[in-house]
Amino acid sequence: MKSIVTVIGKDRPGIIAKVSTALAENCVNIEDISQTLMQDNFTMLMLCDLENATLSLKELKDEMVKVGQEIGVSIHVQHEDIFNAMHKI
Amino acid sequence: MLNRKEILETINMVEKEHFDVRTITMGISLLPCIRDDAKLTAKLCYDRICKKAENIVKVAEDLGSEYGIPIINKRVSITPASLLTSSFCGKEIVLAKALDDAAKMVGIDFLGGYSALVHKGMTSFEKSFIESIPEALAITDRMCSSVNVGSSKAGINMDAVALMGKIIKQTAELTKDRDGFGCAKLVVFCNAVEDNPFMAGAFHGVGEGETVINVGVSGPGVVCNALKSMKGASIDEIAETIKKTAFKITRAGQLIAKEASKRLNAEFGIVDLSLAPTPVMGDSVAHILEEIGLGQVGAHGTTATLAMLNDAVKKGGVMASSNVGGLSGAFIPVSEDIGMINAAKNGAITLSKLEAMTSVCSVGIDMVAVPGDTPASTLSGMIADEAAIGMINNKTTAVRVIPVPNKGVGEQVEFGGLLGSAPIMAVNQNSCEAFINRGGRMPAPIHSNKN
Repeated sequence: MKSIVTVIGKDRPGIIAKVSTALAENCVNIEDISQTLMQDNFTMLMLCDLENATLSLKELKDEMVKVGQEIGVSIHVQHEDIFNAMHKI
Repeated sequence: MLNRKEILETINMVEKEHFDVRTITMGISLLPCIRDDAKLTAKLCYDRICKKAENIVKVAEDLGSEYGIPIINKRVSITPASLLTSSFCGKEIVLAKALDDAAKMVGIDFLGGYSALVHKGMTSFEKSFIESIPEALAITDRMCSSVNVGSSKAGINMDAVALMGKIIKQTAELTKDRDGFGCAKLVVFCNAVEDNPFMAGAFHGVGEGETVINVGVSGPGVVCNALKSMKGASIDEIAETIKKTAFKITRAGQLIAKEASKRLNAEFGIVDLSLAPTPVMGDSVAHILEEIGLGQVGAHGTTATLAMLNDAVKKGGVMASSNVGGLSGAFIPVSEDIGMINAAKNGAITLSKLEAMTSVCSVGIDMVAVPGDTPASTLSGMIADEAAIGMINNKTTAVRVIPVPNKGVGEQVEFGGLLGSAPIMAVNQNSCEAFINRGGRMPAPIHSNKN
């Protein structure tokens, strides 16, 4: 199963490191990554494969929300199907 | 990889524009539970609901979490209960209590279907059932009731219309300690649909399968925001944007509906495309109309903008879902929409204007508080007017009106939660009692004869 991880918040050093470490610890593979600064806002999108993940999507989401709170950014973990459904015909 | 803009758009819709799936409603046929005895029938209904809907709350929460789209309400609709009680007239309350207990046991927000379909004629057991509605609504918390009094094919059952005016008054009286709250759970329909996922009017029609999942989406805030950047655009460009937005919203609903049906081992029924508001800021249908260019909803031009909105929502939604049904349109409940509440408070909108609006959108005079001393016949007159609009225009119309005991025009009533608050609106003071007392059946219109 693929999911989209979205990280949005104020830029600071170590966001990518912290987020990708948390994903790696749960055996989540990052397949694609795109990151940019919009005004002062850090925005990162990751396409992740949960095939071998040690947590369910729901558990991973809860875990990543906690990680986000630690570093002061908002993290969403969502099944990729929702974006495909809403934006692709 | 998906487009960055699209991903952020979806996240924004949820975080800033109140986008949600308003309800997952499981329709359950209770026909196998019919017995001669009230207690036994009630027990079988209770058991069947608890078994079939056992996982609905968990599945809805899981789906909401996995897809990142909140699912606000979990509901159950059942076979019209008047069909279950025909053998134990006078003891209908036993069933009502069991239905409410089942709703609480499975943890759903509402259960709909304490209903009767009497659009052509009313049997003695249906009359007895309808007479049980006020007490049933007073002693239960989560159960909703509806009565269909007319259809384009059959005409309008004016005896039922007359009776329902009295039933609404009695319901208000029995729940007067809560400002007539029981009436917020009672809808009178013309052309009621069998697969409506929204309350208070949901029931599981006899033409439906055994267990069906119907989903109602929402998103007035998303539509309103999409229009904010369109200052000066022509009305056809506005319609086009609404269509595109409705498409995206509905696709999310379709995905959730399909997945929910799979996990709950039920048929996928329909997605209802209704734009359903809530009383919070930024989730208002009235504000969409104001964004299009009205100073305040109720102004001249309101009916036209609403007609366009309703049509564009349907056009966008129809392509997004394999099966569209329910009420599918824009809802204009007064107490549940902050823009409507404000318009009613300062007199910008009146019952007459609301009635005009219902001729071009779903669903009718909805969540309107009127003075407690409004005569039953006047309420019946309102029902007859709405039923006539539905009958002639081949659409669903309804009345959910609350005659608030001991309160008058200008006073405010609070229902709380999604039901919101409403200023009490003035009704026309001229009597229609002689008309209502005639009874009988209003013949179906000529264009119903299409064979």
